[in-house]
Formats: sequence, structure tokens, C-alpha cells
Amino acid sequence: MATGLVERPAAPPIGPPGGPPRRALSVGTLILLGTLAVWLLGRVVFANRFTLPLAQADLSPLHTNLNGFNDWVDANRNTNPLFLYFFNEIRQVVDATGTFFTHLISKTDVGLGIPQIGWLGTLILLTWVAFWLANGKMAVLTAVVFFFIGLQGLWPDAMDTLALVISAVLFALLVGIPLGIWAGTSDRFNKIVTPILDFMQILPSFAYLAPLALVFLIGPAAAIICTIIFAAPPAIRITAHGIRQVPATTREAVDSLGVGRGQRLRGVLLPMAKRTIVIGINQTIMAALSMVTIASLIGAPGLGLTVNQALQTLDVGTAFNGGLAIVLIAITLDRVSTAASLRAEIAARAGGHSRNVRWIVIGVGFVITVVAVLLSRTYLWAAQFPRATLPDVGTPISDAATSASDWLTTNLAGFTSGLKNGFTSAILNPFESLLTGTPFFIRGLVLVVLGAHPPPPPPPAGVVACLAIMVYLGVWQDAMSTLAATIVATIVVTMLGIVFGVWMGRSKTTDRILRPILDAGQTMPAFVYLVPFLALFGATRFTAIIAAVVYAAPASIKIIADGISQVSTNTVEAATSAGSTSWQLITKVQLPMSAKALALAVNQGLIYVLSMVVIGALVGAGGLGYDVVAGLSQRDLFGKGLAAGLTLVVMGIILDRITQAAARRSLGDSISPMIARKQQTPLG
Amino acid sequence: MTATGTVGIGSRTGTQTETPDFSVRNLWKVFGHKADRIPTDPAMQSLTGPQILEKTGCVPAVRDMNFDVARGEVFVVMGLSGSGKSTLVRCLTRLIEPTAGQVLLEGQDIMKASGSALRDIRRKKISMVFQHFGLLPHRSVIDNVSYGLQIRGTGKTERYRRAQEVIELVGLHGYDRRFPDQLSGGMQQRVGLARALANDPDVLLFDEPFSALDPLIRRDMQAEVIRLHKDMGKTMIFITHDLSEALKLGDRILIMRHGELVQIGSGDELVGAPVDDYVADFVSEVPRADVLTLKWIARPAVVGETGPTGAVLPAGTVIRDAIPLVLGSADPVGVTDNGSLIGVVGRDEILRIIGESHVVKQSVEMSPNEMQNVEQRVGN
Repeated sequence: MATGLVERPAAPPIGPPGGPPRRALSVGTLILLGTLAVWLLGRVVFANRFTLPLAQADLSPLHTNLNGFNDWVDANRNTNPLFLYFFNEIRQVVDATGTFFTHLISKTDVGLGIPQIGWLGTLILLTWVAFWLANGKMAVLTAVVFFFIGLQGLWPDAMDTLALVISAVLFALLVGIPLGIWAGTSDRFNKIVTPILDFMQILPSFAYLAPLALVFLIGPAAAIICTIIFAAPPAIRITAHGIRQVPATTREAVDSLGVGRGQRLRGVLLPMAKRTIVIGINQTIMAALSMVTIASLIGAPGLGLTVNQALQTLDVGTAFNGGLAIVLIAITLDRVSTAASLRAEIAARAGGHSRNVRWIVIGVGFVITVVAVLLSRTYLWAAQFPRATLPDVGTPISDAATSASDWLTTNLAGFTSGLKNGFTSAILNPFESLLTGTPFFIRGLVLVVLGAHPPPPPPPAGVVACLAIMVYLGVWQDAMSTLAATIVATIVVTMLGIVFGVWMGRSKTTDRILRPILDAGQTMPAFVYLVPFLALFGATRFTAIIAAVVYAAPASIKIIADGISQVSTNTVEAATSAGSTSWQLITKVQLPMSAKALALAVNQGLIYVLSMVVIGALVGAGGLGYDVVAGLSQRDLFGKGLAAGLTLVVMGIILDRITQAAARRSLGDSISPMIARKQQTPLG
Repeated sequence: MTATGTVGIGSRTGTQTETPDFSVRNLWKVFGHKADRIPTDPAMQSLTGPQILEKTGCVPAVRDMNFDVARGEVFVVMGLSGSGKSTLVRCLTRLIEPTAGQVLLEGQDIMKASGSALRDIRRKKISMVFQHFGLLPHRSVIDNVSYGLQIRGTGKTERYRRAQEVIELVGLHGYDRRFPDQLSGGMQQRVGLARALANDPDVLLFDEPFSALDPLIRRDMQAEVIRLHKDMGKTMIFITHDLSEALKLGDRILIMRHGELVQIGSGDELVGAPVDDYVADFVSEVPRADVLTLKWIARPAVVGETGPTGAVLPAGTVIRDAIPLVLGSADPVGVTDNGSLIGVVGRDEILRIIGESHVVKQSVEMSPNEMQNVEQRVGN
């Protein structure tokens, strides 16, 4: 065709300026291909030898030693000065705080176990707080959600969870905001604390459980401390970021007026960082809620425990009911704290009139709250949620979920199990066998090559050290099985990220529709993702992988979408005017120019997936997650669980390093995904 | 390079007084590793800024700077971007800590001031207006203006009264409850100006205050500054890269290049007697007739040229203003300085100066580009 003849020469090679030269690329590809060949050869030649297998109940000498250490800690908990004067003190303070809030809104140990403030008082109090911090709409949302949870029959559980979240957030902010201010004002402290925070951010939440259970005993205190450690980093990071983003011109201008250090902090830096700090508080709350539910494995009561027990018994109905309550609480806490951050701005600008009206409502609300609290301390109907007299929605919900699950398993079995079995036998099993069946040293070699491939340093010594530690920790096989699931899920996540990210980045309408859904997805605690997929696919590795994909996809999609939409419109216009087709535009201009975002998306996808794949142990994923869970429930497996937790840490580091190295390779210069990651905290 | 050598040599305008308000002595600011060695190193004396950068990796942003500013004077520092003028003005109140030298405010060395003494100077004696305003977005206009008073402990009633005064003064009446992001750029800079004035300082520093504004607003703001200076008579040090702004505002102008002083003088001195090609290039675009006074073109009178009936003009008259009279008169016009005749100006002189402007402009066509190339290499 004539047009074809005209078009072909008309499309010029439009690529990113200064891309890597062709020759270097082919050398890199050669090395990768060579590595792959060695790997496959190793798999065939050594077929299942040197793979460091260890059966589920078997222990390595190290694990036995760790068990011994656990016994030693138990025996010396009340005599060793480190425990007596440090760990035990912390545990007592945290425990007292947790108990205080639990007694206040959930249950006491005496008589009927009625809390200090009964359900009516708590409900009105929460509503009033939501109005005070945010606005009327949020107050209504809070009231409706918590009343609904009462109708679900989950009021006491929800209050347990809330009490733990409040305690943990309190401590996390008490520690996090001052540290954040310090990091925001002192360059030296910032330099020390940033790598630590980066490190904490790549750790899967499961990795925290065993060590903390060891030091602080299984129970609510350990659960709260675990949550504090998990939830404080966003507070520190975002507070520091808020203070650092105050423009240099403003700092200079107030310096020229002669402000003192204190005046500058109180009068300029903190007010200007206020909105950002409130966003940090929002992130802390969401991280805390996510962790509190997982911490049910080390003795946190509440909704997490309900869901966890239901998952263990494959009771989809109860798990769904509990999961729904967690989701509702997550949405409420997120909406209220986000609205509170906007409030700060509105309050500063509102004229006197609307402010006065607001304060009158707050005053009246306070009186109503006091009355409700008094009522709930006087009458039983206001103290315990009257499940007998109000309609029960919990049972219908869980029945409906159960029958839906049954229906799906019966009628969609052909599809779901086909999908599951096809995926498992065609992709997962061969890949896993490749990973677990290859001698450990060849796997190690592959990882070293991947991690150190770009010729300039960093030297592979770090990766080698990490691998040595992994071998030493003795759960190599389980680690490889987790790694296989993680890699497969990450590949799927990245493909989803590219497809939807490109779609969103190119179409404003798609972005408008998808973004709120993705945002909502990101606020959900990791735990609840397991429920629907358990209903669909039963308790298998596949369920965990699908849950991980769904959990990690929003982050990946959003990062790529932002990368695509940030490609300069001038460049796109120029490429279009040169006659590029849409496909050429995407593959030759938009994707190459968002290489940085792509690299970050892979890195983030991996971290999210790893975190979730491990949690998937609760629905039969096996691997390291299973070791951790088993270690927490069976005393003689504790050492192995601890080793598995440490292996998770090491694996997180290796995967993070390798994806960063890949990012460097694709970009040709050093980037730190950590910088772009700042505001995105994996919540799982 | 520092052809003017001693301080204020070009200053023949009479604004200089016995005790200068503000003096800068041997001031250096060098950026880079081990920067403090550069000022005392004799090997560096003969090198230019770019050469020092190449040799040591250090950038001398301000280099052995000396000048005095008289009380009530408007002193303009001008240079292209990267010449170190913004660094210089920040060194004056140690927003950037100078590497070496002295900054004297009424004889007191600011360099030796302690932390609290320095804060006190910034609160009461010297205020600054910034190119990018530096307003506090979370505070209303009146709270921004009164911020300086607040941090020095002035009570609320008093500081609002004072703030209201200066808000009126800069023409922001009725905007006191607005927030900075609700104002245009020009209005934001009025807030910046009001904030600086609210402290009632002795010295006002302006760091390219109008560069970020569009031309019409810029003209308004320049007029505003001229008016404020007439009313209040404060000492002003004004940084700009715009020669027409410098000529419009400055009693005297300091031209800077590569951190070094090239020439200090009044506008007509820079145009009439540039010390080197750099300054000549700089002022080549200026219509000379608008800046030079009759003093610069007067020639000795030939006998009989100015009789008792001949017209006479003072030496300080700008040439353009003299054109109608000189061209309209058959005889050359006499030029007097303090009553005594110093020479005459005829048609030839006037026409030559108008023609000369044209010629100079053409002969230096390429030079500004070359200049800029060099400047860019220095960086800031």
C-alpha cells in the first residue's frame, strides 16, 4: 500500500536521549544469558543434590541452639539486668497503657467485664471526636460504621482492636514526631536515621513477630510493641519530610528577620509542616491497624484474632464478617484522619462566624457525649451492645459469604481450579523446582551476578554475605519456595502495573476512575486480602500468590501511571507530530522515559509481594511464613521460626538490592528508589 | 582587574559623608573545600575567578570587596547572574557566613557579633527584601508583616498598629486579612517590602526584588521604592542585574564580575568614563544622552562665543533635557558649575553624542555574548 510506503520512512527513531549504547546492552544480555545457562545446567547435572533440604519438623543445630536461647531467656527473664531494667520496664509501661485503653472501651476483669465506657458512650465519643478533628460528614460516617460493627456482633472485638491501635499510635507518635523533627532539622541525624528507616521499610511485617515474642513474651504488650515499631517509621519520615520541604527562601527570609532556633521551629517550620505531619499521622494509624491484625499471631486480641482463627479453620463466613469490620474501620480511620489534615488549613482561614458555629456544635456535642458516657456507666443496655434486641446482621453476612463461597467452589470449580492447577503446574511448580532443586551455590552465584552485574561497584560482597547468612540460618529450601512465589507474583504485578499504569497515564478518565479504587486498596490491612481468595481458591500457595498480586498491584500501577503521565507533553507532541503510532509512542517514548518509575514499581511490587506472600502462610502458602507461624505456636519449633524471620530480613535486603541494581542498570546512573518511596509505606 | 583600586574613587557625587553607614572591608566568600586558604594565598592574587576554580575547585563568589555606603544613599550592586552579587548581599548580614573580611555597621563589626547580637542587628537595624518574597503561607498579610515585631517580643496591639501603618504605606490597604497565595506577585512583594519596613530598620537590603515580576508591575514597584526613599530616607543596598533599574534607582552603582569589584560610580560616571571594556560593553546599550550631563561634553569656550545674552545651563543637566535649548539657539550654550562658567555646549557636541550612542552600540555587537559565556562558567 502506498500509505505504508510513506509511513515507514516517516517514523524516525525516537528514543530517550543519552540511552545506553547498543554494545553495552548486548554484553549485559550475554552475561544474563550465560548465568541462566549455568543455572539450568546446574539444575540438570546436580538434580536435587546440595539443595539443603530440611523437613517441616526437622531442626538444624542452629535452630536447636535458638530454642536453647529461648529457654534461657525464659529462665532468666526476671533476673538478667537487661531484661529486669530494660525490656521488662518497657513491657510494663506498654502493657499498662494497652490495659488502660482496653479497660476503658473494651472490657474489664471484674464482674460482668463491662468496660469503663460502654458501647453507647464510646460510640458517641468517637463520633464527637470525628466531628471535632474533621467535620460533620466524618462524624456521621464514624457513627454509622461503628453501629454497623455492633450489629455485626463484633463490638467487643472491634474495641479490642481499637484499644490496641490507640495505644500503639500514641507511642509511635510520641517517639516518631520528635525524632522526625530532629531528623528534619539536623542533617547529621537525618543521615543516620534515613538508612535505618529504609531498612525497616523493606522488612515484611512477619519478620518482626518472632524476635519480639522472644523478648517481650507472647501477649498484647508484644503485639503493641511490634505495632509501634512497624508504625513509627512513617511518622518519623513524613514529619522530617514536612519540615525539610519548607522552602529555603522562607527560611532565609525569617533568618534575615533575626528569628531564634525555637521561634523558627514553632513559628515557621512546624506550622508550615503541619499538614504533612497530619498525613504522617494518617500513615501511622493505617500501618498500626494493619499490624495489629497480624499481631494476633503473637497474642493481640480483637478482629485480627477472629479472622485469623476463622482462616485456620477455613471458615470463610466468619473470616469475611470479621474482615469486613476491619475494612470498615480502616476506611473510617483513613477518611477521618485525612479530613483532619484538611481541617487544619480550613480552620486557619475561616472567618469568625463559621468558627463560632462550629465551636457551639462541639460544645453541645461534648455535653451529649458526657450524658452518653454517664448512661453507659449506669444502664446495662448502654454498656453492653444489646445484641438480643437489635437485629443481627453478622450471621446473615457470614451465612451469605459461606454460601457464596460454597456456590463458587461448586459451580466455578471448573474455572477456578483450572486456573489454579494450570498456573500451578505450568508456571509455579517448574519455577519452584528450578529454584529449590538447584544446588545452593549455583543459586547464590545467580543472585550475586544479578546483584552485582553493572560493572562498576557496589561489590557483590554484600550479597555474598547475605547468602552466607541465609545458608547458615538453615531454612534454605523454605526460603527458595517463598522466593519462587514472590518472583512469580512480582512478574504478574509488574505486568499489571505496566498495562494499567500505561492506560491510566495516557487517559485522564481512566485515572479518575481507577485511582480512588487503588487508593482504597492501599489502605486495606494486608490480612483481609486473604479472605476472598480463600473463598475462591481454597487453602493453597496459589491463593497466597493471588492475594499478594492484588495487594501489591495498586502501588505498582500508581507508580507507573505517575511515571507515564510525567513524561513531558512537549516530547509526546513532538513524537506524535513525527508520525508515531500509539504503540510506537508507548514503547519508544513513554515507557523508556519512565524507566525510573518502572524500576521503582518493580522494587516496590517486590517488597509488597514478599510481605504478603509470607502472610499467605495462614492460608497454606508454606515457606518461610509457615515456619514463622509454626514457631510462634509450637515451642520446639520456635528456634526455626526465629531463623525463618531472620531469613526474611536477609531476603528482603537481597531483593531490594538486586532490584535497585537493576534500576541502576536500566538508568545508567545511580538512583535511590528510597527517595521516591518516601511517602509510600507498605502496609503489611 | 580592580582598576578603581581604592574605595569610592569614582564617587564624586557628594553623597559620601565623613562617617559611612555601612562599610565593607576586604570581604571574601569562597565556596568549596578548604575555602579559607584562598583569601590569604598570594598565588591566587593574580588569578581570575575561573582560573581559581580550575586550579583549586573553589569558587570565589565574593573577592576582596571594599566599599562604603553613606547614610541615606541608594547603593546598587549590579552584575550578571553568577557574578556573586546575591552572595555579597547575604554576607552583609551573615545569612551566608563570609570567609574573611569585615562588615561594619556604624563602625561596629558584624563579623564579630555573637549569635544574639547578630539576631538583634537583624531584628532592628537591617531588613531584607527577597527575590522570591519568602512569605509565610500559613499567615495572613498582617501576620506576615508583623512577624518581625512578634519575634522581637512586641505586644499584639502595638505590632498590629505598626503593621497596619506600613500596609497603608506600601498600598495594600484592605488586604491585611488575605493570605499570600491569594495575592498577585507584585502584591506579595509589597508584603515583603512592608515586612522589611515594619521593623523600622536603618538599612534595607534588596536582593533582586523585582526580577520575578512582570515589566509593568516592576516599574510600579521601582516608583514605590523611589517614593519610599524620598519619604523615609533610609539607606538602601539594592541588588539587580538590570542596568536600567540600577540607573533609575542608584545614587551610586557597583559593578561586579567574577566576585570582584570592577567599578563604583554614579550612573553618568559609568557611562561617561567606564574603567575597562567590560563596563563599556555593559553600558553600551544605554542612550548616552539620557544619562550623561552637560559636564561630560562641555568644551572650553572660544572667545566671544557666549555673550551676556547667551543662554546658560547648570553642569548637572541631563543632555536630553538640554537638546531643545541648544539646538534652538544660534550660539553655543554656556555650562555653569556652582555659578562659574566651565565651558560651552554647541550643536556639534549634542549631535555627536547622539550619533556616538549609535556607533558604540554597533561596535560591541558580539561582546555581550562572550561576556555571558565567561560568566556562566563561573557558576554561583
